[in-house]
This record gives sequence, C-alpha cells and structure tokens, in this order.
Amino acid sequence: MTTFTHEFDTPVFKKKVSFPTGIFINNEFSAGVNNTTIDLVNPTTGQVVAQVSEGMPADVDRAVAAARKAFETTWGLNTPGFDRGRLLTRLADLMEENMDELAALDAFDNGKSFMMARHGDVPFSISVIRYFAGWADKNHGQTIETTEAKFAYTRHEPVGVCGQIIPWNFPLLMMVSKIGPALATGCTVVLKPSEVTPLTALRMAQLIVAAGFPPGVVNIVVGYGSTVGQAIAEHLGIDKVSFTGSTVVGRKILEASAKSNLKKVTLELGGKSPSIVFDDADLDQAVKWVALGIFGNAGQACVAGSRIFIQEGIYDKFLEAFTKHATSIKLGDPFRADSQQGPQVSQIQYDRVMGYINSGKEQGAKVHTGGSRHGNLGYWIQPTIFTDVRPDMKIVREEIFGPVGVVIKFKDEDDVVRQANDTLYGLAAAVFTKDIKRAVETANRVQAGTVWVNSMMSGNVQIPFGGYKQSGIGRENGEAALAEYTNVKAVHVNLGHTL
Amino acid sequence: MTTFSYNFDTEVFRQKVSFPTGIFINNEFRKGSDATEIDVINPTTGKTITKVSEATKADVDDAVRAARKAFQTVWGLNMPGSDRSRLLGKLADLMEAHSDELAALEALDNGKTFGWAKTVDVTAAIECIRYYAGWADKVHGKTIETSEAKLAYTRHEPIGVAGQIIPWNFPLLMMTWKIGPALATGCAVVLKPSEFTPLSALRMCSLIQEAGFPAGVVNVVVGYGSTTGQAIAEHMDIDKVAFTGSTLVGRKIQEAAAKSNLKNVTLELGGKSPNIIFDDADLEQAVNWAAFGIFWNHGQACCAGSRIFVQEGIYDKFLEAFTKKALEIKLGDPFKQGSYQGPQVSQIQYDRIMAYIQSGKEQGAQVHVGGERFGTEGYWIKPTIFTNTTPDMKIVREEIFGPVGVVIKFQDEEDVVRQANDTTYGLAAAVFSQNITRALKVAHRLQAGTAWINCYNQIHCQVPFGGYKQSGVGRELGEYALENYTAVKAVHVNLGHTI
Repeated sequence: MTTFTHEFDTPVFKKKVSFPTGIFINNEFSAGVNNTTIDLVNPTTGQVVAQVSEGMPADVDRAVAAARKAFETTWGLNTPGFDRGRLLTRLADLMEENMDELAALDAFDNGKSFMMARHGDVPFSISVIRYFAGWADKNHGQTIETTEAKFAYTRHEPVGVCGQIIPWNFPLLMMVSKIGPALATGCTVVLKPSEVTPLTALRMAQLIVAAGFPPGVVNIVVGYGSTVGQAIAEHLGIDKVSFTGSTVVGRKILEASAKSNLKKVTLELGGKSPSIVFDDADLDQAVKWVALGIFGNAGQACVAGSRIFIQEGIYDKFLEAFTKHATSIKLGDPFRADSQQGPQVSQIQYDRVMGYINSGKEQGAKVHTGGSRHGNLGYWIQPTIFTDVRPDMKIVREEIFGPVGVVIKFKDEDDVVRQANDTLYGLAAAVFTKDIKRAVETANRVQAGTVWVNSMMSGNVQIPFGGYKQSGIGRENGEAALAEYTNVKAVHVNLGHTL
Repeated sequence: MTTFSYNFDTEVFRQKVSFPTGIFINNEFRKGSDATEIDVINPTTGKTITKVSEATKADVDDAVRAARKAFQTVWGLNMPGSDRSRLLGKLADLMEAHSDELAALEALDNGKTFGWAKTVDVTAAIECIRYYAGWADKVHGKTIETSEAKLAYTRHEPIGVAGQIIPWNFPLLMMTWKIGPALATGCAVVLKPSEFTPLSALRMCSLIQEAGFPAGVVNVVVGYGSTTGQAIAEHMDIDKVAFTGSTLVGRKIQEAAAKSNLKNVTLELGGKSPNIIFDDADLEQAVNWAAFGIFWNHGQACCAGSRIFVQEGIYDKFLEAFTKKALEIKLGDPFKQGSYQGPQVSQIQYDRIMAYIQSGKEQGAQVHVGGERFGTEGYWIKPTIFTNTTPDMKIVREEIFGPVGVVIKFQDEEDVVRQANDTTYGLAAAVFSQNITRALKVAHRLQAGTAWINCYNQIHCQVPFGGYKQSGVGRELGEYALENYTAVKAVHVNLGHTI
C-alpha cells in the first residue's frame, strides 16, 4: 500500500509530512483490488513525485457496502443530529490545527500558491465544515394543516449512501462542500477525489478517523473518471450522486443514473460567466475584481469571469489599467511568498488552454497581452487578454479554464444583457456600477445562479451556489444544500376519518 | 380541426357538450402539422368516441416558441404574483361552474365512475388550483447574513418553459398537479396529456382561455409518448420537464434530458406499496381501507397498496372480511348510479393485467377471489386477491396497475419491515395499528415518500407527494412543489469589501 512522504523545505512551509495514500474504506487504508497505482505529477516541474493507490469498480463496491452498513447501523438517524454536528466540529478543529499542512498539500498537488491556499482555500474549507456542523440538528420538516381528522407531517430523512465526485481546481474546498451537507443530514459517503489532486482528501481521511467518525461513514476511492467515476454513477447501491466538473461529463452522470437506479443527481458544471463594467463603476476596484475573476486560481474556476464586457465610455481607460494589472501579476513557484499565480494543474490542461489561445489567434482575435507560455519548466501560462473578438469565436463561446479573458465593448444595458445571456451556461455573473437601480435590474435580468454586484469570486458558505441552464442542477452551500441530501417523507396519521 | 360533440343522456348526467379538440397553442386551437388524428376509445365498449388532433415534433416546437415568448413578455415575473393568483382563482371558479361536465368527460374517457370523478377527481383538482393560486405571491427567497460588508439575498425565479407529461389514470387531477405550481411560480407550460385520455385537458383549454390567461402561457399538445413526449424531453428550449408515469419511461425522460440541454427533471413513477396490518388494528377499518387501497380507481393508482401484509394473529379474520368486501364491489357502467368500479382504461392495460394474473397462477399463487374478466364487453376485471405467494413471484415484485392485490402473512415488526422495504420502489406505504409507538416507528422505518397510518390513498394538495428509490425524483404538492419550478439566484451586493 502506498504512502506519501515528503520533506517540505520552502520559504513559507517547512515540515516532513507522511501519511497513507491507499483506498480508504471503513476507516482503514489498503491497496486497491488491482494493486495498481496512479502517478502524481508536480505541475511546477512536470515530474512524477509520488504514487497513490488506484481504486477500481470493485473497490467502489467495497466502499458502498461499508457505507450502506454504517448508514443502517451507526450513522443515518441512528446518530442524533446534535452528535453528528459535534463530530463535524471536531473535524473542523483538527483541520484548523493542520492548516499549514493542508495548504501545502493543495499547493503541492494543484500548483496554486501556498499563500492563496493558506489564506483562501483552507480557512474557507474550515468554515464550510463548521457551518454544516451547525445545521446537523436543524433539519426541519413541516407540520401541515389539512383538517382536524388528520395529523400530517414531513420528515426530511437522509437519502442514504452518496457518491461524490470532485474536481482538481479546489481539491480540499470541493471535498468539504460535498461531505459537509451529506454528513450533517446523516448520509454516508463514497468520495472520488480527482486522480490529479488526491492528497488533501487522503490527509483528511486521517483527520476524519481522529475526529471519531464511525467506520464506513466516509470512504475515499481515488481513481479515474472512466472507471471509478462511472462505477459510482451507475451503482445500484448508491442513492444519490453529486458531481462537480465539466458539462460533458455531467451529462454522462445524469445518463448513467437514468440507466441504473434513477439515483438523485446534482451537478455543478462549467461556465462562461460575464463580468459587466458600466461607465459609472469605481474603475480601480473594477479592474482588481475583474482581474481576480479571470486570473485567480490561474483561471481554473467554474465561476471565472471570462467574458469581460466594458461600456464604451470607459473602455480605453479600463483596458489600459486592466492590462497593466495583468502584466504585474507575479507568476512563480507556489512556495514563494510573493507568487500570485502558479502553473496550470497538468499537461492536459496546459495543452487545452494553449489550444484555445491558438484558436483565438487563428480566428482573428487580437492578443492584447500574454498568449504564451511562461518559463520553460512546468505548466505556467501568462495572463492573457484578447480583444477584437466576435461572438462566434471559440474563445468567446467555450469554457477555456485558464488565465485567458476576452474583453468586449458594449453600448447599454439592453445590449450587454442580451450578449451576457447569449450562452448555454449560467453559473455566475458580475456587475460593476454605482447606480442602485441599474445594479439590481441587471442582476435580475442576467441568467445566472450567482450574481456579484461590485465584487467577484466572493463566496460564502451561507449563500446557495449553482447553475442556471447547462451550468448545473441543484444548489450547494447554504440551507439549500440540505435538500440535496434528504428525502421528504410525508406521514398522514388518521385521527378520525372512517370509511 | 377536430371537435368533440356528445350528448350525455344518463342517469347521473344529462348534457350536450361540444368543444374543440385541436392542438392548443397561443390560446387557439388548430390541426396538428401533419393533420393526423388520434382515436379516443370508450373503455366500456372498446369503441371510438371521437378523434382528436395529433401533435407532431413541429407542433411541440411551435408550442415551445409560444411559451417562451409569453414567458419573456406577458408572463414570468412580468405579471405580479398577485395577478397570477387571480387568474388561477378564476380558473378554479370556472372549473367549479363546469364540474359535472368535467366529471362526465373524465368518466367517459377513463372509465372511472361519474360518482368518483365528481367527488374525488374534480373536487381535488379544483382544490389544487385554488391552493396554488394562494402561493403565487408568496414565493419567498431569503436574505442571508454573512458580514455587514455584503448584502446577500436569493431570488426564486420561475425556471422558464416547463414541459409536462401526464398519465391517463387521473387525467384532470394530474393536469392540475402540474400546471398549478408551474403557473403560480410564473412558468409557461407545454403540456402533453395522455393520448388515451385527452378530453378533460382539452376542455380545460377553453376554460384557461376564458379565465384570461395570456396567449402562450398554457399550451396543450396531445400525442404519443414516443413522438410528442420524446420531443418534449429532448427539446433544447425547454428548461424543465415533469413526468408522471412508468419507471421505464421515466428513465428515458432523464436520459433525454442528459443528452439534450440538461433540463431539470422531476419524475413521479411506479410503486408496489406495502399496506401493513398489525394484530391490534381496528379490523373493520383496516379491511375497508385495504380494499380502498387496492381496488379504488380499478387499481390504477401509482400509490396503490398492492402488497397487503397481515400479521398472523388476525390473518384468517382479515382475509375472510377482505374477501367479502372485494366481492361486494359493484362493477358497472360508469354512468349508472351505484357503480363502484368501471373498466380498465384500455385494451393494452387490460391485457397487461390479465397477463400478470396468469403469471400468478402459473407461478403457483392461489387465486383467492376474482382472477378473471367481468362481462363480455369493455375492459372490466374482477377485484382479485392472491394468497400463498412467494417473494420472487412477478405478481409480488412488479407493478400490476389493476385491481389485483397479494395478501402476505407476517410474524413481527422486523419481518414485515424487511419484506416491505424489499423492493426497488418506494412511493407509499401504510400501517394499521392502534399502538402509537408501533405505528409511528414502523412508518418511520418504511422507505417510502408517503406513509399512511390507519388510512390509505389519502392525498391532500397541502401535503407533499413523491417517491423514494426508483419511484421518483422530487416532490409534488405542498410548498415543496414550488422548488420544482423555480431557479435560485443568489445576489451578492458588495457594501465595502475593497481589494
């Protein structure tokens, strides 16, 4: 069975780290049934740095059996909500004790800067677990009046065994967004982290054991989408699947559910979100937020503000300031304190993004800045801005998932709302203006599950998050997440209706 | 274009009715684009009553275009909830003014008795419309505290154009369950009634128009599942599909959604619901409710109590009384005073049920009563009870959808809960016991979306209804139904977070 051992000796983090990286079932690590491993590649160098055990469909079967048993005996409604909440709080406390290590693992695996992970991803993740800990004993049904001859009430029961498939862009945060509401409501979990970034999930497995969760409540199977992911989506013993990733794969998940056991499905998919800057925006702030929106996390965010609409009145000023900002972003090793952008996560992603940049050039758009590789080792891409684009270009229509934004000039509210909504996606949008009427109206009219007014990428676990149109089905975060993990049972108690 | 003209001259209802039966789009009736027609058969005689226009894929496209236009201009949030409420109230008033006519159409088309149609179907349908009229201006979002530097709130916006596909067992009632919440929340509708029972839906079109709903808000397209239904499920401009029918077709709907535009899907599917009668039940009431549970509506109810579990202590007494009750059921013409049970809805259904009865005999179950045709014309089947079954028999595992119940002896709570939950379905269940602890604990342990205690088939529009496991996805009725037709948008207004 595999173990990850690494001596971190960097300006921002120094520690020897060692933990098992096997298949995690029933609170124990073991090799996968095939005894094969997956290579982990460091995106700053392109070198293989470790191996983790590879899960196969038979490992998913084992995990589901463990999760089912736990759900029927030691978890589900057998453990009161209050106690489920305490275990989640304990987990959050343990995460807090290990913040630096968790940040280092995400930075090492994903390539994001340690500082971003340490001050963004990890604290946010802890807040997610604490938030859902608080919900665990507040999962209320209703009592419903019909007549006095009946007592009717609803129970919001845990759905059962949940398969959860998460992506590589915010590995730890994606994990807690999934396990948080699932565990709070009493579900048990079979989680498939991305095979590209499994380390924080596997470290979390140890914290889950230390927190005191019973065996089988959380199970982790690292493997490929086409094997482990597919096995989860089509498993007859899984009651619900939750997936975050591309729209292409999201369709396969929904189809697999239809063909297997009609398990409940929630999907958080892609986006091509518009950032809309009106003439009266606070220019300096708008530039910074818009830059964060497209270059944050090296553009690897489903909510990335990748279509930047600037009203004609401030177009030139904005573009100048935005370009200056983009060229000032420090690309560098994740473990340098001053690095602001790391490499893309993998060779595949690097090639994909460069492919889109080339298509932009070929289709006649102008590379205003960037457009090339940075350095000659690892997968860095320069912050890139395209101008002079047309609505039919691939770089305008398709999700690039890299530090590449297209800037588009617009006239007025009607014009920009029409353009902003002209997409199959509907995940997020941002509006920059000081005018309250315009802000609220534009927010109302844009077809997106999240609209930011005068900010971007500003998430809070208390607020629901999800897609319109082909950006997804269902909502995560907030109270809304609880509904995704519960089955409503209506109980009708007859108090006097005789036949 | 087709019209239905009929002179009802019966004991219970006398009236000449006449109304158009074309495709209903933009508040107008017309022929289908292929000018083809569908025969509507009278199940008491097997003969054609009338022909209605058949909708093609092109007609569905027209309907969706009309719905989309209405949604963007005169409906959706362009009409305040209180006005949507008034229109629904007016529709309910018109249904009430025509309640006998609607009941007669239902009885003629479906074969259920006029008495049942009037006292249950039409009454409940009117109540459902009035109930959702009340919700129309109460679709609340939330304001959510994060910090004082942000105003975060959610809007529950109408999802858009809803495709709705309904079955033949409660034609009018199923229509109101679908259009009620959809119209209340501001969605526009493309509804496909069952091609077996389109008459009440088509009569409703004239009432909808008379009530004052703007053109395009409700569109009705009668057609076959494989053409019209499929066109709805895979339509790129329908935002949500809601389907009630068999589990087999439910899978196809979800698959079509996955392959087209990832439209949201809710499904109300089949069931094999357990009715559990303990030794300490009120025997007479248990018998009456059990008969109602399986024989009402000729067994053509998704929630029918088709597996009747009787504790050994009262098994013999129960079976004797239950058999007597089954034999007392009056089969007869739907329009004769005193008829309780009419014919099954169609030749196809008749053949299906008889085949299940045959399989029960072949697999060695005992026909305790019934088990054959009634009369020589039309599709009547005698109330049938099988005993001495084994859990693997088709009549025990599969949904029969006819007046055929299996009676199974059980020992104790553990035994019966295990047997009751041993099914891929999970729509409903019932418990008969005078012991409060036993009744509630068993109800809580049953994997079903509705649990009845000391009653059966009691449905109220205030109380949610839907399936666990392969009986469905999502909940109809109650406040819960509003979620099916709304998209949650979170708006984050920055009040001071600068970067």
